[in-house]
Amino acid sequence: MIHSLFLVNASGDIFLEKHWKSVVSRSVCDYFFEAQERATEPENVPPVISTPHHYLISVLRHRIYFVAVIQSEVPPLFVIEFLHRVVDTFQDYFGVCTEAAIKDNVVVVYELLEEMLDNGFPLATESNILKELIKPPTILRTMVNTITGSTNVGEQLPTGQLSVVPWRRTGVKYTNNEAYFDVVEEIDAIIDKSGSTITAEIQGVIDACVKLTGMPDLTLSFMNPRLLDDVSFHPCVRFKRWEAERILSFIPPDGNFRLLSYHVSSQNLVAIPVYVKHNITFREGSSQGRFDLTLGPKQTMGKAVEAVLVSSQLPRGVLNANLNPSQGTYTFDPVTKLLTWDVGKINPQKLPSLKGTMSLQAGASKPDENPTINIQLKIQQMAISGLKVNRLDMYGEKYKPFKGIKYMTKAGKSVSSYLFEFLFI
Amino acid sequence: MVSCRCAETVLNMRSALVSAETLQLTLKPEAPRLEEQALTLQSSGWDKETGKHGNEDLKEMLESNKESLKLEAMKRVVGLIAKGKNASELFPAVVKNVASKNIELKKLVYVYLVRYAEEQQDLALLSISTFQRALKDPNQLIRASALRVLSSIRVPIIVPIMMLAIKEAAADLSPYVRKTSAHAIQKLYSLDPDQKEQLIEVIEKLLKDKSTLVAGSVVMAFEEVCPDRIDLIHKNYRKLCNLLVDVEEWGQVVIISMLTRYARTQFTSPWKEGFMFDDNEKTFYDSDAEEKKDQEETKPYTMDPDHRLLLRNTKPLLQSRNTAVVMAVAQLYWHLAPKQEVCIVTKSLVRLLRSHREVQFIVLQNIATMTIQRKGMFEPYMKSFYVRSTDATHIKTLKLEILTNLANEANISTILREFQTYVKSQDKEFAAATIQAIGRCATNISEVTDTCLNGLVLLLSNRDETVVAESVVVIKKLLQTQPTQHSDIIRHMAKLFDSITVSMARASILWLIGEYCERVPKIAPDVLRKMAKSFTAEDDIVKLQTVNLAAKLYLTNSKQTKLLTQYILNLGKYDQNYDIRDRTRFIRQLIVPSEKSGALNKYARRILLASKPAPVLESAFKDRERFQLGSLSHSLNSKANGYHELSDWPAVAPDQSVRNVDVIEPVKERAPALGKTRKNKSQDKFYSDEEDENEEEEEEGSESSESSSSSSEESCSESEEEEESEKSSGDSGKNSSSSEESDDSEQEEKKKAKQKKSKASADSGSDENGNGPVGHDSCSSAESSSESGSDSEDDSADSPPPQKKNANKSQSKVVMDNSKNQVSLLDLDDFSPVPVNTSQSSVLSPSLMSDLEGLSLSNMSPTLQVTSPTFSPVKTHELLHHMSGKGLSATYHFPRQPCLYQPSMVSVQLTLTNHSDQILEEIHVGERSPAGLSIHCFNTIERLQPEASVTVSMGIDFSDSTQAANFQLCTKEDQFNVSIQPGVGELLTPCTMTQQDFSKEQGKLMGMNETSATLSVSTAISSAHAVSNQVLSVANVGVVSSGSVSR
Repeated sequence: MIHSLFLVNASGDIFLEKHWKSVVSRSVCDYFFEAQERATEPENVPPVISTPHHYLISVLRHRIYFVAVIQSEVPPLFVIEFLHRVVDTFQDYFGVCTEAAIKDNVVVVYELLEEMLDNGFPLATESNILKELIKPPTILRTMVNTITGSTNVGEQLPTGQLSVVPWRRTGVKYTNNEAYFDVVEEIDAIIDKSGSTITAEIQGVIDACVKLTGMPDLTLSFMNPRLLDDVSFHPCVRFKRWEAERILSFIPPDGNFRLLSYHVSSQNLVAIPVYVKHNITFREGSSQGRFDLTLGPKQTMGKAVEAVLVSSQLPRGVLNANLNPSQGTYTFDPVTKLLTWDVGKINPQKLPSLKGTMSLQAGASKPDENPTINIQLKIQQMAISGLKVNRLDMYGEKYKPFKGIKYMTKAGKSVSSYLFEFLFI
Repeated sequence: MVSCRCAETVLNMRSALVSAETLQLTLKPEAPRLEEQALTLQSSGWDKETGKHGNEDLKEMLESNKESLKLEAMKRVVGLIAKGKNASELFPAVVKNVASKNIELKKLVYVYLVRYAEEQQDLALLSISTFQRALKDPNQLIRASALRVLSSIRVPIIVPIMMLAIKEAAADLSPYVRKTSAHAIQKLYSLDPDQKEQLIEVIEKLLKDKSTLVAGSVVMAFEEVCPDRIDLIHKNYRKLCNLLVDVEEWGQVVIISMLTRYARTQFTSPWKEGFMFDDNEKTFYDSDAEEKKDQEETKPYTMDPDHRLLLRNTKPLLQSRNTAVVMAVAQLYWHLAPKQEVCIVTKSLVRLLRSHREVQFIVLQNIATMTIQRKGMFEPYMKSFYVRSTDATHIKTLKLEILTNLANEANISTILREFQTYVKSQDKEFAAATIQAIGRCATNISEVTDTCLNGLVLLLSNRDETVVAESVVVIKKLLQTQPTQHSDIIRHMAKLFDSITVSMARASILWLIGEYCERVPKIAPDVLRKMAKSFTAEDDIVKLQTVNLAAKLYLTNSKQTKLLTQYILNLGKYDQNYDIRDRTRFIRQLIVPSEKSGALNKYARRILLASKPAPVLESAFKDRERFQLGSLSHSLNSKANGYHELSDWPAVAPDQSVRNVDVIEPVKERAPALGKTRKNKSQDKFYSDEEDENEEEEEEGSESSESSSSSSEESCSESEEEEESEKSSGDSGKNSSSSEESDDSEQEEKKKAKQKKSKASADSGSDENGNGPVGHDSCSSAESSSESGSDSEDDSADSPPPQKKNANKSQSKVVMDNSKNQVSLLDLDDFSPVPVNTSQSSVLSPSLMSDLEGLSLSNMSPTLQVTSPTFSPVKTHELLHHMSGKGLSATYHFPRQPCLYQPSMVSVQLTLTNHSDQILEEIHVGERSPAGLSIHCFNTIERLQPEASVTVSMGIDFSDSTQAANFQLCTKEDQFNVSIQPGVGELLTPCTMTQQDFSKEQGKLMGMNETSATLSVSTAISSAHAVSNQVLSVANVGVVSSGSVSR
């Protein structure tokens, strides 16, 4: 399976290597660098590269390439999924997954990688288990360790590893028992020039932060579970129960985890919360172009549209843009030709607009492509799909936990995102 | 040395800073920051020196007596390894610490050993005895890690020791150690393939392991060591299928792909002609083994039950969060499932498209291959493949590929419109790919060929060179497929020739003019003239085509072009490129007659101007089909090392009995239980009928007693009109029947008719919706009505009586709400011999029915909403006393939650306690009365320990009556008759509605709906809260803020 792992930073240096079988020379990465050079953008490096003796499968996250070396047939998604899991684990342990963080914690990183794979086959990838084996570095623990000489490596086999609920460790204790659920939704939409929606879909997740003592058994029911078109679950969710009753029944892992991700696709359900009026023109023969953009809220049920960020890739011929925003600030990068306008909150009484001229390269012909406009935004206290949690019950433990549900929606790939109301049950 | 330690500490502090909470941040003053910087500078300078004598320092530290110093040194050694620096000279110093008590130090030493043991084999042997001792450690983690390291040390001398350790560990009590031994098998095999036979024995033993922890790893070992020993799987096949859901996700991937290969060798193809499976087969049979067998017997192809088992057990994994698992299931269905069932993977694959870029890439590749064979699968999701400006180029091209594959007559206009925007994309590479895609659409779908061609010609005037060039190339291919009447396009291209600089495009135009020179007799020689001028400056590919053009013109129009041709041939003769020189020589011999030129000369015309077959524009993914989906080979489109090809289905299935194991399968046990509930469900109308009977007796003369009983509980909003029409239908039914039959026989008749009816609609939960006391909100009822529509369509094919019923149903739907509709149906159905109804039914087609449904939906009041229960009573009732139950006691209470088994059921929670002193086994629900009572039983409880209790939930359909539900509670030896009697309040469900709707509903209620109870409220507690609490304790109602209790 996975032979070796190389971490490559943006400037093309290998800053960490780990081998699970016999050592593979780092020169194998030359093939990767070749592909990297060929790609115009960092994202364009092909995820699977074939070399004479090995196969390289890479993942790009946080501007670090995680390059896995494979020697024989293995499902590529297997490796890709694992690499993403590694990144998630690093993020979980160190807060951020940057080159500096990895270099500072190289010993923990090595211990983690050692536990996560045995002979190239995933051994322990559940964060709960890993945390029992290797305690995450905190300032307090480092101090204690230096004084007492104790280690941050667990001596016992994590209980989860053997139990039927491998995702939860036993003996969890909290003084404040709390369970928080965030319903986060993203709209992903393509809108054509005239403003009509080409495609729109909602992708949602329920992220949970559960800090409950003992072995609680939770059930979460929805007011309108039929909304959920397609779902994927954390392994803890009892699938049979969902099939039969549309109720989420599970013994939660300890701490943060993603309980569920779902997909709402039918187009009529998706209301795009903003509209854009735009007029971007270039005249033939003139070195000037006009730029006029106005934003307005639409179907937001009285909720404010916040944190609006508009970005647009202007045509190559544009030298500079001289614009005047009615609110917020804008930047134009003359190298990448990327215009970004940080609008902030949209005031329905006074719609934000960005007007002005663009100067074109002298002699350049009129650009014939249409710039695309990407919008990001947040709306608080509004559920775009209308999904509502009905109730959350706990069985198996005696105490009364504090339960909270937060709805919110984030920016999708193309259009928008929201934040919903806060409610307690 | 001390400074070094400080640096390390501070480094750790800094890392912690990043994630530290504010509290810790405030603790940290400014000063240490500066100090820290100074220290890191110092330490980095120090690091540089380590190249020379730094390792000496480390050696000293490792040999010191202090644990902390050793640990420190090891951490730095690991740092060196991570950077890829050589630390092998420290081996003797490090290996001494292998027996350290400090676990962290030990682990770091292991890391070092695994890395360098291969290089220092002799020294590595020093550590072996430590591991051998650790293998006997009582702590399973230590045993496992010792085995891990021992097997990771690639020293051939210790192979016998490893073999022994593996064999021992494979029999270990701890599944974790057994899992480690499965991993060790692969390591040993790669170290010494001669051990294969012995290792296979261990694999065989481990395959029998029942632990989910081991399953994934041992299958992995199987795949690596002996993938061809399919015979080892036979006995474990069913166990693996059943364990699959509980295996950890990585193991699932491996097992699924192994089982895919296995199934292809053991089962016959489900794709044979004449094989027909119900569309709803999947959902229908999921839980029902019994019926499946019946079904299969009638079919020409019978699926092996084991084959079905695999498909059924992998299906839930489509919901996994692990994309690799989803993909593995998808490929399993693609390669193994009957064609009709493959579609269920579509949704999940489309979901994966929202994942990371790399995941998208792989999934899109697989979808591209799938869409070539099965367009229909992904067509409904076409919009998910629309390109976004933020996509990476390789994602964009893959999406384009898929869109092109999906194009058909119906959606081509949408796709072409989408393509138009892509052509304008700033990513020119992508724009060029789009033009090729347009070309493919044009050849595949003849209706749009002209449109596409015109569009491409327009693109010729595009400013971007790559776009123009690509258009030319594609137009060339298109013209070749239909060369008639396109001389104007060729002429247009000849005009553009001067402005086009991309050589591929120029070459294409030259070829076109040459090929169709007879259609453009005036232009062709002129183009040749221009080419003669610029010949030397052209690219090779253009030169070759110029020579071709010259030759063709020489043959067709030698008068005008003879000199030009000779000039070009002379130029070509002295060209630098040997290809061009060769071509020139060949052409000259071919076309210019001379004494030496042989027979070929005669055929020059036929050779050069032969009609050429048009190029086939097809998907680049066409040849990927040969690889198993989701595999690395598929992704690379070339066979990867260790790729096992999927075998073809065997013509005759090998012996099935090899998979028989004596142990009873757990899945089999579940199936009959569910089958039972279904049977009961189908009889539930029988029971509700009795209830009707009772009511009718009590309330003589009221025709619509049934409808009132349900609508009262339901309190849905319907218009008066609906009510009327329903009443009249009920009337007519009643009158006609009463003239024919006496009262008693009428009841009999009713029963039969209803039974029939309920059988037909056994599966449509929505029918039961109507008279259900428990909630369905406006949304769910809307959907369920559409569901019932589709169900009825299915049913209609079955037999004449249900068809009639369905027609009636749909007809009544025009004016009625779902619940009403069902009740009126019962009336109509009872008197089905009456011809009035049948005449109406026959004219309704399914499409009309769906239209009508739409109407009925719009009739629904949007205000109806079931509210959540505001109160759950704690009062429990005794079901079975332990004295009469021979130690088994049972209590029940109503949790007042919507029952999820079926909306019409009331959920009941049963607490079973064993008061006896022996274990009670197989507690389950037995016979029930009335016979039609619909109960959703709890799963059979295998065993109940003494003094243990278990709470199970069940659903009972009381059919809105307070009549007790009687059933038997059975244990292995005994049966106890018990009965549950609900209070009226428990049958209600709280709804929120406006005052208006409420009064409207109230008006519609007939009699028989009032239940009164006296509440004694002491004067002391007169607050609204107290009153409502009192009310809530007897009835499941919601609280309305205005103070008026709903209903």
